[in-house]
Amino acid sequence: MVHLTDLIGMGKNRNLYAKREPVFPKAVDGRFRRLKWLVMAVTLVVYYVTPWLRWDRGAYAPDQAVLVDLANRRFYFGPLEIWPHEFYYVAGLLIMAGVGLFMITSVVGRAWCGYACPQTVWTDLFQHVDRLIDGDRNAQARLAKAPWRFSKIARRSAKWGIYLLIAMATGGAWIFYFADAPTLAASFLSGDAPQVAYATVAVLTGTTFVFGGFMREQVCIYMCPWPRIQTAMMDEKTLIVTYKDWRGEPRGKGRRKATLADLAAQPEALGDCIDCNQCVTVCPTGVDIRDGAQIGCITCALCIDACDQVMAKVGKPRGLIDYATLEDCASEKAGGLPKPLLKTLRHPRTFAYLGIWSAVGLAMLITVGDRSRLTISAQHQRNPAYVQLSDGHVRNDFTVKIRNMEARPRRMAVTLSGLPGGAMWAQGSSRDQAATRVETLVPANSLAKLPISVIAPGSGKAGQAFAFTVTPVSTDKDESAAAKAVFERPEGR
Amino acid sequence: MADKKVIDEATNTEFVGHEWDGIEELNTPLPRWWLWTFYATILWGIGYTVVYPSWPMIGEATAGTLGWSSRGELEAELAADAARRAPLLKAIEAVPVEQLPGDAQLMQAAIEGGKAAYRNNCTQCHGTGGAGAKGYPNLNDDDWLWGGDIKSVEYSIAHGVRNPDHAQTRMSQMPAFGRDGLMQPADIADVVSYVRTISRQQAPDAASRRGAIAFANNCAACHGAGGNGNRDFGAPNLTDAIWLYGGDTASLTETVANARYGVMPRWGEKLGNTQVKMLAAYVYSLGGGEKKIAQSDAAPPAKP
Ligand code: SF4
Ligand code: SF4
Repeated sequence: MVHLTDLIGMGKNRNLYAKREPVFPKAVDGRFRRLKWLVMAVTLVVYYVTPWLRWDRGAYAPDQAVLVDLANRRFYFGPLEIWPHEFYYVAGLLIMAGVGLFMITSVVGRAWCGYACPQTVWTDLFQHVDRLIDGDRNAQARLAKAPWRFSKIARRSAKWGIYLLIAMATGGAWIFYFADAPTLAASFLSGDAPQVAYATVAVLTGTTFVFGGFMREQVCIYMCPWPRIQTAMMDEKTLIVTYKDWRGEPRGKGRRKATLADLAAQPEALGDCIDCNQCVTVCPTGVDIRDGAQIGCITCALCIDACDQVMAKVGKPRGLIDYATLEDCASEKAGGLPKPLLKTLRHPRTFAYLGIWSAVGLAMLITVGDRSRLTISAQHQRNPAYVQLSDGHVRNDFTVKIRNMEARPRRMAVTLSGLPGGAMWAQGSSRDQAATRVETLVPANSLAKLPISVIAPGSGKAGQAFAFTVTPVSTDKDESAAAKAVFERPEGR
Repeated sequence: MADKKVIDEATNTEFVGHEWDGIEELNTPLPRWWLWTFYATILWGIGYTVVYPSWPMIGEATAGTLGWSSRGELEAELAADAARRAPLLKAIEAVPVEQLPGDAQLMQAAIEGGKAAYRNNCTQCHGTGGAGAKGYPNLNDDDWLWGGDIKSVEYSIAHGVRNPDHAQTRMSQMPAFGRDGLMQPADIADVVSYVRTISRQQAPDAASRRGAIAFANNCAACHGAGGNGNRDFGAPNLTDAIWLYGGDTASLTETVANARYGVMPRWGEKLGNTQVKMLAAYVYSLGGGEKKIAQSDAAPPAKP
């Protein structure tokens, strides 16, 4: 019996750092591969096309469907226009994205990793470039070992050139989400786009080139925090890619057993796995799924496709490697039948996520439909809090802020109410024009700051509440907003 | 035995051979590129200290090969800002002060500039919001001793008030009626009573009726027959609700007996025309400014 303590200091030449094992995944076809193609096509099209979609918002707002206008602090998502003070909508969308991801993870495990994660999508893309230039798995491995002669240099430069083009297209598309795409494209090419645009493209090109072209599975295994967090959302009812060892083992070439029951009768007979290693060669992260669930597996299911082909060839049912939950594994191991997929979706945890997700979505829908396109706030000028006037009146100064969130300039009337003997005038006019109503033009999509002086008799309560109300002039809609304010005057008069 | 590798069955990984309280460590080496990345960050750090100022020396820190310094950056920013403001300041300088309010953009720039100058030079007496204090006028109100139109305000700022060494200053002096024996204490009490009557702080009575006569004899020359004040002398309006030194009996008695002599520095030479103009614009913008320019304020007031 070896005691581990005996071994301390024995592995003298043990290396602390390991070289990356190159991965040359073999091309494979099958239903999951085709799903992957589809997801890749959809995500890439969405990514590249979205900024070019137009949305007519009238003369005073940009006509780009999705635009994150940081300079003017406006987010545009189709019909939704988000102002800085409405940032909770963005927060809501992020919460929905997060909870949505939890929900997906709790049902189908690392589907995000396997299909939709940009790192996966672009790595997949780059691996296809490898196959295009270098050939499939074996040719790639041979070329990697080959000395640097002309043909290798030519292939490598061609491949890295294409990497670079893809990387530049990736970084290039990103900036169009932040400015009017056609304008930015023209100025980008003519060289007078803002510096931050070039810097962004440079950084994203660099990271895409390095992460997608060279780091690949290293990003998933060593850099990404998500696989670590994901485990918290998965349980025994979550679908994961599983090698059914009770059916496949013992593996090897030779006499197969017919069913699980036969194994007991003929212990020397082999399981369904013929040890062809196809599942390992197609894996984009270089994992042997037969070792069990592991962090390197992004559940892309390409090994399922590969093994299903092998099973078809040897005349066995598909699904030696398959999506299964830990619960299914236990029941199948005990001799039960595979559960239909729909049943695995009925999962209390999933419903909890779904509930939260829909609640946030519903709350946002309700508030979006109900939000006011007009707000007013009044800020009391505190220094001095009031001014004694020579005729005994007292003046208070306010900055009234009117937000016109409609895409057209609107004439607004501000009225004063609840202050006996009170009157006001806007900066620029004077006391002889004092009235209880002031009109101003608020430009489209903007916040107008209106400095207003209010006067009232010096006798009265020291802090007297009153209100400013704003109403659009000449509107058929019944729209208005009010702001409470307090009128200060000397004590005890 | 020592050469034998011990393999963990679950993970197919070799143990390193350590064990602490039954916890054993698997041999899972870090990827080598981590190491290279670590070295790269060290190199980056060294490079950083070479190109930027960093190492403290006896006199000062190393300058760095780029020649960058935070002070230099600040100076460049200040210079750029000064260059940006120069045309605006020129335009303000060129416009007569009474035409400033007519040009909204220039006025706004002047107000901003004036606000900064105000904070540096005026807050000590008039307060950060211009609310003043006893003896220091509130610049927000509508009571102006020497005129509240923008031109008069500019004049007051440029030449100050009661600077005996300055020919153009706003000059006046109230007699100390009590101290100099010009009025008897009883007369002073009567006058104070009268003043409190015309400012509607108390009802007329015998004392105020006596005070009216004393007022006509002693005070009306400057404050006017009705006590409405006179801006030529900076004589305050005694009938309104605003009191620079207080409108109660004790304060008024003190004022009549010993007189008041508020002095304001002249800022013209120190700050220059443009800044004074901007200050006038700011004070004017506080809301108490008067629109029309009084005739007597257009020219320097005659000394009494
Ligand atoms: S592809 Fe299937 S049969 Fe081949 S080694 Fe993998 S699990 Fe076994
Ligand atoms: S083990 Fe299978 S599912 Fe997991 S990453 Fe490899 S190919 Fe994809």
